[in-house]
This record gives sequence, C-alpha cells and structure tokens, in this order.
Amino acid sequence: MLKKITEGPAGYMPQSAPSMGVELAPEGQALLYGNIVSEEEAMRDAARALLTRDNPTIFPGPQVLWDWKDDVADKAAAILELASEIPNCKIIPMPDYRPKYPKIDVKAEINPNHPNLTILDNRIKASIFVGVHCHYANLSLRMIRAGTDCYTIALCAYMGHEEAMASIRDLHASTIHKFKEIVIEERNKLGIEWEPTLPPENPSLQKEDHAALSPSDYGEYRSLIMTRKGEHVTEVE
Amino acid sequence: MSKITDMTATHNWSGQKLVSADYMLFEAPRTKHFMTGSEVLKEAVKRATVDASVSYPITPQSEAAHLIGELWAEGYVGVYFRGENEFGVMSEVAGCSMAGARTITTTSGPGTLRAMENFAQWSGTRASMQLVLMARGINSPLTIQPDNLEVQYLLETGCMIWYAENVQELFDMSLAAFAVAEQPDVHVPIITAVDGFFVSHTREAVMLPEDDIALFPYNPYKAPLPPIDSEMPPGRFLRDPFVMKSNYISYATHASWQWEIRSAVERSKPYARHYLKGLVHVTGTEDAEIAFITCGTASHQAKEANRELEKLGVKTKVLKLRTIRPFPTDEIIEALKGVKYVFVPEFNVVGWLSNEVKSALYGKLDMDIHAGPRVAGGMSMPAEAIIKEVMEKINPGKGA
Repeated sequence: MLKKITEGPAGYMPQSAPSMGVELAPEGQALLYGNIVSEEEAMRDAARALLTRDNPTIFPGPQVLWDWKDDVADKAAAILELASEIPNCKIIPMPDYRPKYPKIDVKAEINPNHPNLTILDNRIKASIFVGVHCHYANLSLRMIRAGTDCYTIALCAYMGHEEAMASIRDLHASTIHKFKEIVIEERNKLGIEWEPTLPPENPSLQKEDHAALSPSDYGEYRSLIMTRKGEHVTEVE
Repeated sequence: MSKITDMTATHNWSGQKLVSADYMLFEAPRTKHFMTGSEVLKEAVKRATVDASVSYPITPQSEAAHLIGELWAEGYVGVYFRGENEFGVMSEVAGCSMAGARTITTTSGPGTLRAMENFAQWSGTRASMQLVLMARGINSPLTIQPDNLEVQYLLETGCMIWYAENVQELFDMSLAAFAVAEQPDVHVPIITAVDGFFVSHTREAVMLPEDDIALFPYNPYKAPLPPIDSEMPPGRFLRDPFVMKSNYISYATHASWQWEIRSAVERSKPYARHYLKGLVHVTGTEDAEIAFITCGTASHQAKEANRELEKLGVKTKVLKLRTIRPFPTDEIIEALKGVKYVFVPEFNVVGWLSNEVKSALYGKLDMDIHAGPRVAGGMSMPAEAIIKEVMEKINPGKGA
C-alpha cells in the first residue's frame, strides 16, 4: 500500500492531506494512511500500532466527556473498556479548545492549539482522538503529523479525518466494541499477556470539595460563572 | 406569527412538510412559473426553513432582500431585520449562524466591499451561512450595472463560491447550498453568485416544487465547532485569540487553521457534484478544438456563440463552471482533452476567471488560453463579440 499520510515529523508545516488528494472514506469504509480500505483493515493496523508503540494514549474530547445526549454515556463506557484492553494505555482529555497560557499541564490535558507539547512530553507514539469536534481534531492531527512521530487514530462520529493514519467514521458505541475485540485478537496474535486494567487516574487532577468552591477556584474561567440574583461581582477578568 | 416551538418532527413552524434536499431537488413534482431572479430567491428561501435573514438595501439585490422580509411577515422565516450597513449585516449574520441558525443574506457590489472583513471571519468560524451575491460594478465612478469584478475580491476568503447562470439555477443552487454548506466535514460559508440585473431582474421560465414542502431544519450540533450558547462564547479564538500571542505555537495553529478551512472547501466537491449534477456543465461538440470556459451569464452568451460558430463550420464547446471555490480543476482538465484553444469570456476588466484557469492548468495542459473577450461596467456581451475574438485568433489577419 502506498502510504500517502504517514507518521511525522512531516516538517515545519506540511500541506493538508486533502490538498494532497486524500478524500474521506465513503460510508462503511475507513481511511488507512490516506487510502480507502475496509473498516476492519484500518482497525487491525491501528490496533497493532496501539499494542506495539510506546505510551499508547486516548485523547477524549468534549463530545464524549460531557453526558450531553443519549448515546454519549455508552460511548464513554466503551472507550474505558477499550482503554483497559490496551496495555499501559493512558487517557489524557481534551476538555476544551482554548489555548492554554502561560503553560499547559501536559500530564493533565492536550489542547488542539499545541497538541505536540503533550505528545512530545509524554513520549506518546500512538494515540486515539475521539469525541473531539471535527475542526479541532483536524487542527490537532495536522500539527501532530507536522512535529511528532506519533501514529494517530481518529474515531469520528461523522465522516472521519484525512490527517490521521487510521480514520474510522460513523462511530457508535458498537464500533468501539468492535475495535476492542480486534485489539484483543491482535494482542493475542502478538503473544502479549494482559489482564484488563483501567488506565491510571489523571495525576494532575486534585480532589475537589464542591461545597467549598469559590470563584477564584475557577481561575481564568471565573468570568464565565453566571452571577446569582442580587450578587454584585466586582472582580472580573 | 409562527414560532420555533411550532416545529414538529414532520413539519416546520409554518406548517410545511419537512423533506430532504434530495427529495426537494430531484424528486418533488414541479410546475412551471415565470419569475425574476429576486422572485425565485424568495421561493427558494420559502422552502428552506430559514431561521434568520438580515438585510440592507443596495441595488440590485434590494428587491430580493425585501421579498425575504415578506416571507418573515408571512411566517416562513424565523427572524428578519435590517442591519445598520453591510458590515453590520454580515456581522449579524455571523452571530445568527454561530448561534445555530440557518441564515441567509444578500448583497451587491459596494456592499460586498464594505462588508469584506466579515467574509474571511465567517469562514474562520466554520459557520455555514449563505450569501446570495447579485454581482454589480464596484465604485468609483458610481455604477449600479452588472459587472462581476467583486467576485475577484471574494476568491480567497475561505468561503465556497458557486455561480448560477440563470433563474432556474439560482433556485436550485440556493437550496443545494444549505445542504452542502451544512455537512459536518464541509461547514464553511457559501456564496451563491449571479450576475445582477441579467438574472436578478430578468423574468424567465422556471420549474418549482410546491411550496408546502421545506428542507429539514439545520442541526447546529453536527457542526465541526461547538455552537455558542450562554456558556460557550463565540469561539474561544475570538475572545482569546492565539494570534495575540507571538510565538511559534500560535503561528503554527493559525497556519493549520487556514489549511483546515481550505480543506473544508475541497471536501465540498463530492456533495456539490451530487446536488449540482457536476461542478462543470459541458455543452457543444465533444471533439471540438475550441473551448469556452465561463461562469454565470457569460455561459449563456458563449452557448449562443457556440451555436453561431457551428453554422460557420467551427466546432466549439462550452464549459460552464458551477463552482469557483472549490475550483473544478480535474473536471476542466478532463473536458479539455483534445482542445487547442481556450477562450474565457468575462463580465469584468481584470479577467479573474482566466487567471484562475491559467493558474489551475499551469504545467498540466499545453494549450493557448485566451483571456477574453471581456466587457465591464454594465456592457452586454453579444455573441458576435465572442465570435469575432475566436475568428481573429484561429484565422489571424482575415478577421471575423
């Protein structure tokens, strides 16, 4: 297979995959290295990458982090099951899309405006994007291809992503279950012994005492807190 | 007055039955009418379950904007108001669209230029509004006449640009535009252009589906960016723009962002091929050695020249471009097989379409691309002007 889209680093700022002639896969199929293939073929290659490369990591985005519509909880549960079947897999969320200044906590989160920082610091060589809004997923995937050697997998609820090495479209919880089964099969073929284990807790998350929260705990987001009736906020961003 | 809460799973707020764009464009029975471009745009908006429209008067689109206002009064359009000026209009359109409303507006010539900053802003937000551009000359000196120079200014805004030849195409395109622009992998603004007066004020026969059906409403939760609400400011990049930071990361993000918008426009091709039945419409003789590449009403004049040249024994073909952004390079190359001479008739002095053609074909095809004939300032383009240009080129020194 001619690999049109490969792991980077592709350079300073590579041209986009669509401008290189990569087109999204039609319904029922997937993209692998920019080529249209069966969903199973893409899943098997992605599974092998997750099982053989260092520090496999899942990057869940807002669409699977917040329980905002019917199928989200099922998808999120399926992602956790998938993560537990990938040896030493981590989960680092992309909770929002605002650039993080002055400095991102690369152990705690990934951000679409500088995703390479999290990838490079954690030495991540294989990753899954899931539940990230398409525009931000594409931004991230292109910048990761530009500046890192990470193998990227896009699990997309819509049409998929040309910039990823493997792209699965029309994602449902059942698709994630199918991917998980393929991961287990490939793991057995490779002779890797592994007991399903959930990823470790995010090391940067501190226990929150919601009863004692004050506006200052919201830091840069405090201006987004709605004032209560009669409350007069003097300190604003 | 109809309310959005009147919407059901099967009918919109004005009681029209909800249908897919495929049914509306390809399957619904149609009857013949006799209408101007402005009137037919009203008919398209009537069938599009439009949430919001913002207007400002400028010739020749004023009538279309007025007629959309009538639709609001009749309960077909959710929100309608007049902006402070065209800059205000396009900013308000951005607000409506980013808030999740299917939004349409219209403008012309100087209004386009006054609002110009907004069009690049629109595409950067990945909003899916539609601008119907009724092209008119750009001042100064003052003109209200048809001339499509303004399209040149829009080419690199990151918006899709489609070009309708006639009243029928304007109707079909302005409905298809929503269907394509709202795809999650596309989701950029769309500019549907027609030549002012030649289309906006010319009455033609047009086939329309019944007005008791309308497109399914827009679903903002299928957008590639989160829609705005009380907790989500209008794109964090508008409030905390990374461009305000001077470092490599902010530059790289902006570069990747710009690539993404252009990629989104490219992704519209398969959808546009489906809904427009091809990005390029080819007529004339298949094995002709002379081809016209055109858009808008110049296509009509080129087809007339094609018929007259056939009578003189000169075989030609006409490539009418339905999409300018994305530019249909592959389709043009395919259609130009065996062609030796290309002519690009245009309604502007700068020849932006011929520049586009030359740029797209550079290094790919070896042929003589002739930038003309060109007329401007409201001049018509008689077929004779095109024929003269062709004959002088292929029969030098002997005239037409």
